[in-house]
Amino acid sequence: MSMAAEERSTRAPWVLTAPALMLFVGVLLIPLAMTVMLSFHDWGQYKGVEPVFILKNWHEIATDPYYAEMFWRTFRIAILTTLLTALLGAPEAYILNRMSGGWKSFFLLVILGPLLISVVARTLGWALLFGGNNGLVNKLLMSLGAIRSPIPFMFTETGMVVALAHVMMPFMVLSVWAALQRLDPQIENAAMSLGAGPATIIRRIIMPQIMPGVLSGAIIVFSLSASAFATPAIIGGRRLKVAATLAYDEFLNTLNWPLGAAVATLLLVALVLIVVGSNALIERRYAEVFR
Amino acid sequence: MSRNGPLALIFHTVFVIIMVAPILVVCLVAFTPEGFLSLPTNGFSLRWFRTIANYPEFVHAFWVSLGLGALSSLVALVFAVPAALAIARYRFRGRDVLAALFLSPLMIPHVVLGIAFLRFFTSAGLGGSFAALIIAHVIIVFPFALRLTLAAATGMDRSVEMAAVSLGAGGWTLFRRVTLPLILPGVISGWALAFIQSFDDLTMTVFLAAPGTETLPVRMFLYIQDNIDPLVTSVSACVIAITMTALVLLDRFYGLDRVLAGKGDTGR
Repeated sequence: MSMAAEERSTRAPWVLTAPALMLFVGVLLIPLAMTVMLSFHDWGQYKGVEPVFILKNWHEIATDPYYAEMFWRTFRIAILTTLLTALLGAPEAYILNRMSGGWKSFFLLVILGPLLISVVARTLGWALLFGGNNGLVNKLLMSLGAIRSPIPFMFTETGMVVALAHVMMPFMVLSVWAALQRLDPQIENAAMSLGAGPATIIRRIIMPQIMPGVLSGAIIVFSLSASAFATPAIIGGRRLKVAATLAYDEFLNTLNWPLGAAVATLLLVALVLIVVGSNALIERRYAEVFR
Repeated sequence: MSRNGPLALIFHTVFVIIMVAPILVVCLVAFTPEGFLSLPTNGFSLRWFRTIANYPEFVHAFWVSLGLGALSSLVALVFAVPAALAIARYRFRGRDVLAALFLSPLMIPHVVLGIAFLRFFTSAGLGGSFAALIIAHVIIVFPFALRLTLAAATGMDRSVEMAAVSLGAGGWTLFRRVTLPLILPGVISGWALAFIQSFDDLTMTVFLAAPGTETLPVRMFLYIQDNIDPLVTSVSACVIAITMTALVLLDRFYGLDRVLAGKGDTGR
């Protein structure tokens, strides 16, 4: 970085970034702006999309309880998924971090690898495991005595949360893992030598230090779950709609593009507000960690 | 360093089983000799892998995905390498804004991108075309290409470049003979990660693909919507095998934790 300070040429960086900048303005910012505008257009069964400026779609989303219910379901699923990944992913990252070299990198590969495997294939796996009332998951839970009668997983929110949590888990483990790398193991040893038990060490030493990692993982998992498409579409089927699958329906089945654009715009704005807001909160709360 | 207790190891074992189970079950069912969904209890069979050949739409979709992934990752790098060099080496006004813009496809939900591109390319008269898919995929894989190239460019030893300059090399020669070889590991890893992202994308592509330009995930998704049978598990098993191969190569070459965390400090 010492070089960078010396080179204060003003033209070179712009020449180098110009192609990418033009690409992003031309085929990212303009299409996004067009989508926002589309949400104010009119649509009719026979006349199609009419380029006028009206608030019809926004009014429909604001007043029809169907959309309120759908957005509430979307965020409820995202919140439950986030909680599940945090409750399981954070302890797993901690356990992983305490393993010896070879095992550590092996299990890290096993747990993070699925991140790059097709979401369709992973969700298909859950559809197979859930499969009706005599699916493997239900058989296992019943033989363990955990449940008496089969839990319906397919076409339910429960199933969506389980499958989504599996899809998102690597992000949480990765985020907590990164936080654990900054942790000084000597602090743990010091607490132990002062007579703290394992429970106290976890509650008073480990938890406060990995909390920023858990929270930043939670933001990633939440925003990806709230906009997830493949898993809700395959596990939820055609009836149980979330924001992404509803937008897909409006665009490719009903062909009401303006309404679909309004749903997508609302999802984008809501997510940006939530992510930016919670990032700011976390950075204020844990200012010393990010210094 | 203290060891994990028995409770921790039980938790770990259950956790790993749950993480692996859905992927494993897909691969197992793919080898069933039966005509319906079942675990292969009496012998393994390749019949469902052979059946793929009878479904040209899957084979075609595979080639579309492969070509799309390879091309869009390459195009993304052509734009990303100069941008990464500029961001790594210069302090200029708007640098942070540019970096944020270039990484923004990671933040925007793919469903929103799919809708935006569908609207854009339809009005441009490119709806459902392969060209539209390439451009859209360049945007979504760009952050991955940029991040790994940036890591390599930031950690690069500039003294070799200075030596080349003092010996009279300049411009294109300097880039081709000195800079590019030095950042090549980062560039290749960026290409591989970008390829995987493109190869796996469903949410955005499902809006853009038309019959003839359907990618493998899109074809699989549309097939699953109608019915789930062993055929789609054998196709999935092939996809998983391809990704695993890329994954192991990436891990050997660059280190998977660094690729995924994107926190690579130096290009090895």
